[in-house]
Amino acid sequence: MSAVTAGLKAGFPIAVGYLPVAMAFGFLSKTVAVSVVDSFLCSLLVFAGASQFMALNLWRIGVAGGEIILATLLLNLRHLLMSATVAARLESRVNRWLPLVAFGVTDETFAVAATRPEPLTVSYLLGLEGIAYSSWVGGTVLGYLLGSVLPEAIQGSMGIALYALFAAILVPQVKHSFKAAVLALSSGLINLFLSGSRLLPGGWSMVLAIIVTAIAGGLLFREETGEVRS
Amino acid sequence: MRFWILVVGMAAVTYVPRLLPLVTLTERPLPPLLRRILLYIPYTALGALIIPGVWQAIPGRPEAAMAGIGAAAICSWFKGSLIVAVIAAVGVAWVVLQFIP
Repeated sequence: MSAVTAGLKAGFPIAVGYLPVAMAFGFLSKTVAVSVVDSFLCSLLVFAGASQFMALNLWRIGVAGGEIILATLLLNLRHLLMSATVAARLESRVNRWLPLVAFGVTDETFAVAATRPEPLTVSYLLGLEGIAYSSWVGGTVLGYLLGSVLPEAIQGSMGIALYALFAAILVPQVKHSFKAAVLALSSGLINLFLSGSRLLPGGWSMVLAIIVTAIAGGLLFREETGEVRS
Repeated sequence: MRFWILVVGMAAVTYVPRLLPLVTLTERPLPPLLRRILLYIPYTALGALIIPGVWQAIPGRPEAAMAGIGAAAICSWFKGSLIVAVIAAVGVAWVVLQFIP
């Protein structure tokens, strides 16, 4: 199996999870009077689910564009950490396709890539990200044109899909490494506390939870065993 | 402001954090502490992506969300593939939504 094919295969569950979310985004754009071209452009150029939904909501209530852009930056700062993790796991960091690989780093593509036991190659990543991206962009247009074709109960239950993906990626790691379990749980609890306390603007609590727990882990767990594995 | 201008601005501030690490981390080996931190980020990121967001994955029905993610966790514990876990989660959540008012 070629690296691209392996990537496409690994990305298939992401594509399945993205489709209903992207369709919901397309449909929601229509309801707030954003044109189909603008909605398509948004998924095509931004490719970041949470911030696209946030932008629509803020746009709808008349928040200034500059503020929405700032909020988007804060919300997506976590990709800095994810991209760095992907970079560290790359077989070779000299490749002219890296700018394209960077564009496709999302929570989901990162989660699949970073927990892959083998070193990452650019071809694998492009396959993984490509299928996820196609689903995201295609789903947006489909949702805009078709509207909410899915019955409400199915649409509601699809809300769990991407969380299920994260859990299914995390569980095998936790099974093999107690360290992974401690780190994931601590980070989640810190995020819960920070976001619940509302001390920080949105986006910061997740970034802080991820980085603080990882640094604490790096300082506390000295030995190099228990590496990322499948 | 036109919506497409907003989109271009959002695209820029989304792309830069994704791009910077990939073009700045060069071929030099990373210092051990930084390497360990980056090694742990997948775990800490997954933890923060799941908690507390999953509670509101299905608006107003946290019990359906919990049942769904529980199904996914059980599937993957027994080496089910990602896609099986995702489908099981959606299925279980659907059953809860459908049959438990």
